[in-house]
Amino acid sequence: MIREKRILLRNSGIIDPWSIKEYIDSGGYSALAKALDGTPGNVVEEVISSGLRGRGGAGFPTGVKKQAAAGRSAGTTSYVVCNADEGEPGTFKDRVLMESNPHLLVEGMIIAAFGIGAEKGYIYIRGEYRDSIERVQNAIDQSYEKGYLGRDILGSGFSFDLEIKYGAGSYLCGEELTLLESLEGKRGYPRIKPPFPAERGLWGKPTLINNVETLANLPFIIEHGSSWFRSSGTERTPGTKIFSISGDVKRPGSYEVESGVILNDLINDIAGGTRNGHPWKAVLLGGAAGTFVPYSFSDLSLCYERLKERGATLGSGAVIVVGSDRKLIPLMQSILRFFMHESCGKCVPCRIGTEYIHGKSLQMTGAGFDTRIILLEEIVNHAREMAKSSLCPLGQSPILSLETLQRHFSETLARE
Amino acid sequence: MHQQEIFSGFSPDRANLLPLLHALQDNHPQNYLTGEVLKAAARHFGVSLSWIYGVAGYYSMFSLKPRGRYIIRVCNSPVCNMMGSTGIIEALGSILGINAGETTPDGLFTVEEAECLGICDVAPAMMVNRKVYGNLTHESLGDVIDELRILKNEPE
Repeated sequence: MIREKRILLRNSGIIDPWSIKEYIDSGGYSALAKALDGTPGNVVEEVISSGLRGRGGAGFPTGVKKQAAAGRSAGTTSYVVCNADEGEPGTFKDRVLMESNPHLLVEGMIIAAFGIGAEKGYIYIRGEYRDSIERVQNAIDQSYEKGYLGRDILGSGFSFDLEIKYGAGSYLCGEELTLLESLEGKRGYPRIKPPFPAERGLWGKPTLINNVETLANLPFIIEHGSSWFRSSGTERTPGTKIFSISGDVKRPGSYEVESGVILNDLINDIAGGTRNGHPWKAVLLGGAAGTFVPYSFSDLSLCYERLKERGATLGSGAVIVVGSDRKLIPLMQSILRFFMHESCGKCVPCRIGTEYIHGKSLQMTGAGFDTRIILLEEIVNHAREMAKSSLCPLGQSPILSLETLQRHFSETLARE
Repeated sequence: MHQQEIFSGFSPDRANLLPLLHALQDNHPQNYLTGEVLKAAARHFGVSLSWIYGVAGYYSMFSLKPRGRYIIRVCNSPVCNMMGSTGIIEALGSILGINAGETTPDGLFTVEEAECLGICDVAPAMMVNRKVYGNLTHESLGDVIDELRILKNEPE
């Protein structure tokens, strides 16, 4: 029987999210003081040696990102941006973090800014998260009052201003370069990459973009050190991870466990098992832009290295459990409808392709065994071409779920 | 609030564009962005009207047509869909007599299909203006609508 290992969520549901006093009394902002006592280089080094990987989906080493941004920001304006545009279906961990402990994110932002030498930061929160917006705004206001934000923070000579900006309903804006377009008051169209944000980001300046959960790890890494951080999780995915578990489980929710947790332990011990008590049919890991795994993957260790070996992804930690009594075709259609709706239309293959493969998936409903196999083949082939010819992750994502559906479930899809 | 007061709360920094459009839309009793407001926003930021129109038309939370006092946004993304959101949209349709994308003739309710609202732990779920309602059933849905009909005369 495994249990949660609450580090980031340690104080969630315990302290009052509206009170800076309760955050400070529970040890909050002491990591910031410690960081400011050292040099920005110390912060970057500590994060690099911690091995922290971005928690937003791509799993890129955070310290390397920081180093790249820090190297380019010397002598010029630079920004730190928090990606709180959590829109991946099945993902809701950043909302839980912001609603339950907003000061943790604010402290993480200030530490990140000090590390790269940024004087201005933005937290870009999706427009639907009104509670998160209010609570993080309150945390920022309180932090200014206490002198953790603004000029000459805690007498260190370092100054940092932090503001919230928010989106207005666009999945695509969760992609880092599209987020920057939106932050600049434009339509959410992707940019061509490179240049990467560390080189030319917001308003063309070096920009560090990190996910909420990634930034929320920083105070703990600074406070306790990188070797402490590496004592949990796996060698190449150290630390804890917050999983958002939804679908056919008894206790859906956000749970923090050590990286490398076994999939079935997460479902059974943490989320209470499946609703009907039978072994699950499929799990969609990583959300709509993720991968399907069959029950033979129930012993899978959820860390980047093991997942990659077995052709699966972790994404931002969505675990969507599909019970034994469900059909997969409607779920597949729903995923494809989602991409069709969210395609921005900039790249023609994605604009037309998402609609085309969704249409094909609808034809599967009334079709017989052989026709379904052929339709699935066609859909996968189109999605593969679309992935090659689209600029951003949206057009590149449908192939992930489709390919894994075909690999593990083509018989099931054809028969159900 | 008077429109001018809203504008004065946002500097013409383009990072304020989306937040300003939100504030303007929230201020309108019919929850939408009028042509006049879009023109004023274009002047405020020193950009073309087509820029503002392009932004307002792109993001799904902005509306260019009048909507109801209560915007009911039913999540229809994969998790909610799996847990029964199609039935919820149909049930809402029969209670209110409208389809998704429409507004009731009394101007009270607009039903919209939304993409993932990030509340998958309580799927199927919806938001009414800024409030979340989860673990929806046909019964609880009826109760929510009844409650909103009673509340309609009270400020939010």
